[in-house]
Amino acid sequence: MPTQKVDAPVTSSDFIKAYRVMLLARVLEEKLASLYRAGAIKGGVFLGRGQEALSVSVGFSLRKGDIFAPLIRDQAGRMAFGDTVLDTLRTYLGSQLGPMRGRDGNIHRGRPREGYYAMISHLGAMIPAVSGALLARRMKGESGIVGATCIGDGGTSTGAFHEGLNAAAVEKLPLVLVVANNQYAYSTPNSRQFACADLVDKAAGYGVAGHSVDGTDLEQCLATLRRAVRAARDGQGPQLVVGKLLRLVGHGEHDDASYVDPAMKASALGRDCLLLAEARIIAEKWSPADECAKWRQQAEEEVNATVDKVRREPAPDPEEDDWAAFSNQDFAEHYAGV
Amino acid sequence: MITYLEAIRLAQEKALSEDPRVFLYGQDVGNFGGAFKATKSLSKQFPGRVFDAPLSEDAIIGMAVGAAIEGMRPIVEMQFADFSTCGFNQIVNHAATLYYRTGVPCPIVVRLPSGGTSGGGPFHSQSMEALYAHYPGLVVMTPATVEDAYGMLLDAVALDDPVIFCEHKFLYYHLKADGLPETVLPVGKARLARAGRDATIVTHGAMLHEALAAAVELSEDGYEMEIVDLRTVKPLDTDTILASVARTGRLLCVSEEWPWGGVAAEVIARVTGEGFGLLDVAPMRLNAKDTPVPYHPDLWSVHRPTANAIADATRRLLHI
Repeated sequence: MPTQKVDAPVTSSDFIKAYRVMLLARVLEEKLASLYRAGAIKGGVFLGRGQEALSVSVGFSLRKGDIFAPLIRDQAGRMAFGDTVLDTLRTYLGSQLGPMRGRDGNIHRGRPREGYYAMISHLGAMIPAVSGALLARRMKGESGIVGATCIGDGGTSTGAFHEGLNAAAVEKLPLVLVVANNQYAYSTPNSRQFACADLVDKAAGYGVAGHSVDGTDLEQCLATLRRAVRAARDGQGPQLVVGKLLRLVGHGEHDDASYVDPAMKASALGRDCLLLAEARIIAEKWSPADECAKWRQQAEEEVNATVDKVRREPAPDPEEDDWAAFSNQDFAEHYAGV
Repeated sequence: MITYLEAIRLAQEKALSEDPRVFLYGQDVGNFGGAFKATKSLSKQFPGRVFDAPLSEDAIIGMAVGAAIEGMRPIVEMQFADFSTCGFNQIVNHAATLYYRTGVPCPIVVRLPSGGTSGGGPFHSQSMEALYAHYPGLVVMTPATVEDAYGMLLDAVALDDPVIFCEHKFLYYHLKADGLPETVLPVGKARLARAGRDATIVTHGAMLHEALAAAVELSEDGYEMEIVDLRTVKPLDTDTILASVARTGRLLCVSEEWPWGGVAAEVIARVTGEGFGLLDVAPMRLNAKDTPVPYHPDLWSVHRPTANAIADATRRLLHI
């Protein structure tokens, strides 16, 4: 038996730091929802309400130089990894100054050069991409790197999930694959999505380690992700983490989620991880209630000021865009007759 | 003598030896040396840089994309072009969009053993160049000679953009050359494969050789065909095509792929749009028949354009 390393415990300082990122993500997403309702956002808005504890723990457990490919409900994880209110708003509001320059929007954003990958919509596709990145790092002689990517219960049914996780397992790559089982893939419940008792059971089939966690409990999420990321970093191969929780919003802001079972909402799964974390901070006397209120106010001020700034920024100019899909400018073709 | 297939192996060997960023990943490409032996002995020569993938086209391409983001230059092999449909999503939605979306280029090479051979059947014979050329952001190469198989593959590795490298299986063994070139024409430049005056045949891949044979037959009747080998179908060298049509006034496009929305259709659209006045008669195209590629050699040899079919089509174009 190899000696089990003991991970550092989650301290109150870790907890508060992660909580404040969750809070900022929540406040930012509340603003995105209101901007969407006001018609200020073109395209969809997809929120991570109820998933912040699991998501933030992924970003929080990674370090600079790691790779992170988040999915649609990972605002908190993105910000813990280094994404900003500014880049988020620039992408949602279509500012020319954002990382995607109006060429892609909302959650399809990233800075791949900084290890922060920009998801494509096709679920599971980022799993082999992160795996290939890890393979590249290994070939370049870098060690101690971890790549993490997130997916939902629906995404586990894709071929890309299977192919990606299997290939990563074969190569024993330091991949952490985090499944937020939020009970519904758009409107489709778990019962119509998979037939195994628990998604974490799939880990055994791929020959990778599996971790289960209550996705509403921030401390558990932080401890579990810390353990999984450390195991991957130590060379123990891919780690499959499955967090159980409930999506507390619709699939997107256009969706009233009327299909969600009321009994599930009332159950432990339906608890709001942000409120639970706040209650814990106050109960443990890590910080008084008025301090938590002040943090929210600070988050609101940052978000509102950034919205004001970004709304004054230029939209992409079709006349200025080079309309080049090739990086090699010589390859641009000119189609006559249009 | 060096075969087309050996040229592909040698190009990969050269790329591996000259650029530490290059690695090879695909099914059976390691110790076994590839289904067609295009990577024979490379895993021994370059330990840790040529290795087998699981039977997972989507993962193979997806991993190449991730490795490219991290600065590597992966060459991945699809065992047959036909199976690239299982990796289609990563090619067209990830590799092809990456630069436009993020400003980060995606220098991967996807090798597609393409086109028909006798007995190949519906799932080991497809020509997919038009399908990939349809998507913005992909360079699509279709080398027709041993020299180009070698030189263009090296160019493909050097490019920052993703390249779909459609190497033709029909040419693998019987197409031979005395030596390999130091350089070939620039990427995106077509080649005048035969000078002529009576009609222009625009073609690529294995069809070049059918067209050349047809030209010999027509020459015996006193007609001289000019033949343009596209080399890359995207970018498409419209200038070279138009210059040839300006000389001949007649255009036949020959392509082994299916007709609907194919390379031939695109060439004709360009020529009629940009050079309508150069044409003396309506342009023609000759493609494979619009059915799956049949297995039986007797059916297959009629399914795809042949030298005889090209000669017949050219006679119609010349009104003889």
